[in-house]
Amino acid sequence: MSNEVVLSVKNLSVVFHTPDGDVAAVSDVSFDLRSGETLGIVGESGSGKSVTASSIMRLNNSVTASTSGSILISGVDVLTADEIEVRRVRGSEVAMIFQDPLSALNPYYTVGKQIAEAYLVHHPHVSKSEARAVTLEMLKKVGIPNPEKRIDEFPHQFSGGMRQRIVIAIALINNPKVLIADEPTTALDVTVQAQILDLMKELQAEFNMAIVLITHDLGVIAEAAKDVLVMYGGRVVERSTVEALFSEPTHPYAWGLLGAVNSLSSSGRGALATIAGSPPSLIALPSGCSFNPRCAYASDVCRTEVPLLRSIGLQGSVTACHLPDVEILSIGHGVASR
Amino acid sequence: MFLFIVRRIFFAMVLLLAVSFFTYMLFAMLPSDPAALTCGKNCKPDVIAANRIRLGYDKSLLEQYWLFLKGIFAGRDYGTGAAAFSCGAPSLGYSFGQHECVTTLIAQTFPVTAYLSIGAFMLWMLIGISTGAIAALNKGKWQDRAASIFTSIGVSLPTFYIGLLVLFSVVIWLRILPFPSYESPFDDFPVFLRTMILPWLVLAVLSAASYTRLTRNGMLEAMNEDFVRLGVAKGLTRRIILRRYVMRQALVPIVTIAGLDFAGLLGGAIITESVFSLPGMGKMSIRAVVESDLPVLVGTTMVAAVFIVIANVLVDIAYGYLDPRVRVK
Repeated sequence: MSNEVVLSVKNLSVVFHTPDGDVAAVSDVSFDLRSGETLGIVGESGSGKSVTASSIMRLNNSVTASTSGSILISGVDVLTADEIEVRRVRGSEVAMIFQDPLSALNPYYTVGKQIAEAYLVHHPHVSKSEARAVTLEMLKKVGIPNPEKRIDEFPHQFSGGMRQRIVIAIALINNPKVLIADEPTTALDVTVQAQILDLMKELQAEFNMAIVLITHDLGVIAEAAKDVLVMYGGRVVERSTVEALFSEPTHPYAWGLLGAVNSLSSSGRGALATIAGSPPSLIALPSGCSFNPRCAYASDVCRTEVPLLRSIGLQGSVTACHLPDVEILSIGHGVASR
Repeated sequence: MFLFIVRRIFFAMVLLLAVSFFTYMLFAMLPSDPAALTCGKNCKPDVIAANRIRLGYDKSLLEQYWLFLKGIFAGRDYGTGAAAFSCGAPSLGYSFGQHECVTTLIAQTFPVTAYLSIGAFMLWMLIGISTGAIAALNKGKWQDRAASIFTSIGVSLPTFYIGLLVLFSVVIWLRILPFPSYESPFDDFPVFLRTMILPWLVLAVLSAASYTRLTRNGMLEAMNEDFVRLGVAKGLTRRIILRRYVMRQALVPIVTIAGLDFAGLLGGAIITESVFSLPGMGKMSIRAVVESDLPVLVGTTMVAAVFIVIANVLVDIAYGYLDPRVRVK
């Protein structure tokens, strides 16, 4: 399996201009993604994970948002390319799965038309009947039973899980190099969630594509991702492999997340562990490390200086925390073994 | 689908029957004596009495209504002997004010109303949808603000005011057009056009206002839908997204309301016809009101009701066609 870098995000920053002031939704996010690999991005609502995702396809409104940095996909910088080039990349090189499959499909056209439409726009010389054959093939691949009949049905005739399969079919019809899955299982039942994740893994192996998996659910990350970005207040606060995140978390925010998960899995009927406080307002981020008001380990330096990402431990993790390495590693191991 | 249509048509019939009953009763219960209105002020009592019998106003109200209903399907004969006459089916009664069968009167005036309605309707859909689309595509810019001023004017100014203003400025002051005098398009097409252009424009511009707003809001709402984002993510061009995703959704309520508005117009654009002295059904209704010509009023009300009921059925069917989610299997 080749391991070429298919997606390279460098110093991505997104600022939304709102009537209440500028919102720094994403600050200085960088990562590389190789084909066949899955990168998970976790964080609370407002941590910047979805904005990062939509930036990759340049779906942010160019009037209300200013974006800087670079996003390279097969040699094209999505942020500076002209509209025609971006349109060529969208759907064929990068595709996207949305959170809510109930609203992601156009209710006025049959699912077959919507899948074929995605194929035809990047294959303009293909006839409609050929596109239909490709669509039928894709419907079979994503596990829609009785596809010959269902290809001519409308989205409202499908269940939520089936609709997410249709959305996946639309995303994969052009064999993209990168698939962005923005909370792909959040709106689904737990049993259906597992099926969709399995389907994504299966198709990833078949097409050798890279997946950016955005979620707030650590269970989904553990299930599907290889590497993880933990985001907080629009910044990456930790980057590590999934194994390292669960065995040796290196950021106080990650400790909080894991603590909340562990309190669910441990027996007993005590109160759920939570992270004290609430996510920061992106209009007025706390100075220094934006997690400092909620951090039990915060000191004066945390309130004045933004911590830079640095390598830590032996598992290749990167963290943005002012605490000394030794202290981080010992607390991290403690959290993981709890 | 077929059953659905049959059921809708059946209910439409029942509804029309109810409308006819209440309209007839309401007008018949007015405190004016229809027989006394059949001849002038210095009418002799025996003429009134004779007319009362001839026109059937001596019978009970229910019996009168029954004769009216029967007349619609079988035609109706009035009087006996030398003074007898009849109104063929579908008879909606006899106008004692104009000494003519109501059906004949409607047949004479309806084409004028239809020409006015069809022309104005096409113009206003064109103006309304295009200004609404321009406003939505330029949200917050000067085009949007201009459209919103246009909407406020169109919604708040009454037809008779704008109509008279236009009539005064174009015909009397600027003398661009001669004073309107209606001619059938088959007799004198240029005169017909010259007469209709102002009422078409006035009616269209005023009615377009609400369609501008409907289109603008519908499109802006659709643009925020997830499925439009997915359309962008597919790599579709802006034009295709606007047509298949945005307009497709915005069109559903527009079609619904347009059908009902058009039907309402076919029942007679009373004010527009009066201002521009067009001999249509609306103008005839006004005259019938002034003269207490009850049969004409009942007749025009019935025609208007038929159009509105038909439009409702058509809109329901169209709605199922436009939105697959409400399509009946």
